[in-house]
Amino acid sequence: MPAVRALLLTAVLVAAVVLQVAVFSVVDVGGVVPNLALLVVVAAALVRGPEFAAVLGFVGGLAIDLAPPADHIAGRWALALVVVGYLAGRVRQDAGSSALAALVTVAACSFVGTSVFALSGMVLHDPSIPVGEALRVIPLAVVYDVLVTPFALPLLLRLFRRVQPHQVAY
Amino acid sequence: MLGLLLLASFTVITLDARGGDSSPLDPVRSVAGDAFGPVETAAATAVRPFAALPDHFRTTDSLRRDVAALRSQNSELRSELAGSALSRHQVTELAGLRSQSSSTGYALVPAHVVAMGPAQSFSRTVTIDAGTRAGVHPDMTVMDNDGLVGRVVRADRSTATVLLIVDQESVVGGRLGSSMEVGFLRGRGRLDGGTRLDLELVDGSATAARGDSLVTWGSKNGRPFVPGIPVGKVTSLVSSPRSQSTRAVISPYVDFSSLDLVGVVVKRGTKSDRTVIEAGRQPAGGDR
Repeated sequence: MPAVRALLLTAVLVAAVVLQVAVFSVVDVGGVVPNLALLVVVAAALVRGPEFAAVLGFVGGLAIDLAPPADHIAGRWALALVVVGYLAGRVRQDAGSSALAALVTVAACSFVGTSVFALSGMVLHDPSIPVGEALRVIPLAVVYDVLVTPFALPLLLRLFRRVQPHQVAY
Repeated sequence: MLGLLLLASFTVITLDARGGDSSPLDPVRSVAGDAFGPVETAAATAVRPFAALPDHFRTTDSLRRDVAALRSQNSELRSELAGSALSRHQVTELAGLRSQSSSTGYALVPAHVVAMGPAQSFSRTVTIDAGTRAGVHPDMTVMDNDGLVGRVVRADRSTATVLLIVDQESVVGGRLGSSMEVGFLRGRGRLDGGTRLDLELVDGSATAARGDSLVTWGSKNGRPFVPGIPVGKVTSLVSSPRSQSTRAVISPYVDFSSLDLVGVVVKRGTKSDRTVIEAGRQPAGGDR
């Protein structure tokens, strides 16, 4: 079964990356589209905890970095989503308690993820991101991610609960 | 575990950043491109019919507003056309440039834009559904029927990545239609409503007039930019006493937020998996 699970998780990540560049680009707001891969990582963190989510974040981030039309230095989204997965996993006790808490978690993760990506770009000058542009894009990204959360997150949570390996009850 | 993953991320970043033009990650990238490209193409093809849907829900009010706006634009254009000798000069200049470009005979590989990089990634790139099999290679000019779109930065088997001229990293050599002055055109990294580009003229004493049209200057051997492709027109001029050169703000002819069908400029007789549009069909626009 682990092979089937891995295959399923890969399919979910690929679908998220493809949807955000090829489908959601139709309904972009100032070029900003919902970061679905980030939502997948947050959902994984809420169900499975920080370590699993960090691994998934690394794989999902690399997919964003390498899939066309990405043209930035590879590894930057991987770094951002590892951090997001770890942070979301650490607060999962609180984040899983209510719908509002989950929304706040997504907002915080979206802010942290996009900011880490932007900061790594500023450090590497790839591209040299003006601060004004970052300040415009980051809040928009947070709002859009939060708007999509009520539709996407419950589905993802259910999916991750289904594919969770059986645990011994205490 | 976390430390390991962070280390892995930094390793990938270092490998790619240090590699420069020949990054060790290029083979991985092209494998990913070959894998993701067809999926993105399929997804974009599936949603294309729905892309036009929001237009159907527009209210009568917004349509009326559009009619009013178009009317005023129309009369403005008419007065412009009838008016200055300057614009007539521009038209002849541009016609000359265009006939020159038609004599060089560009051939175009048609392609659809299938994916657009999110603004969260801070680079303005798109994926087109034509790759090396269609005869598309890096450093080729991409245009649509309004004017210059960008250049190909990477080509995989069935898709290619295009850097739009609105990207901050993009620099295009431009030439003003009226005075033949040359300058460097840089993007601002934004493509929503009222996209603007900055043109820095090489000759500090040269000036540009509002409404002046800008065409590509052309690079060596036409790579990455072939000469004579309309880019946009001058909307305003900024000259600061501090900097020696004059800066002109350019409004591009291409609407970058709704890119769909584009053409990649290839050499005549290029082998391609699709019909190559041969010369004779020069880009419309430019004289607007």
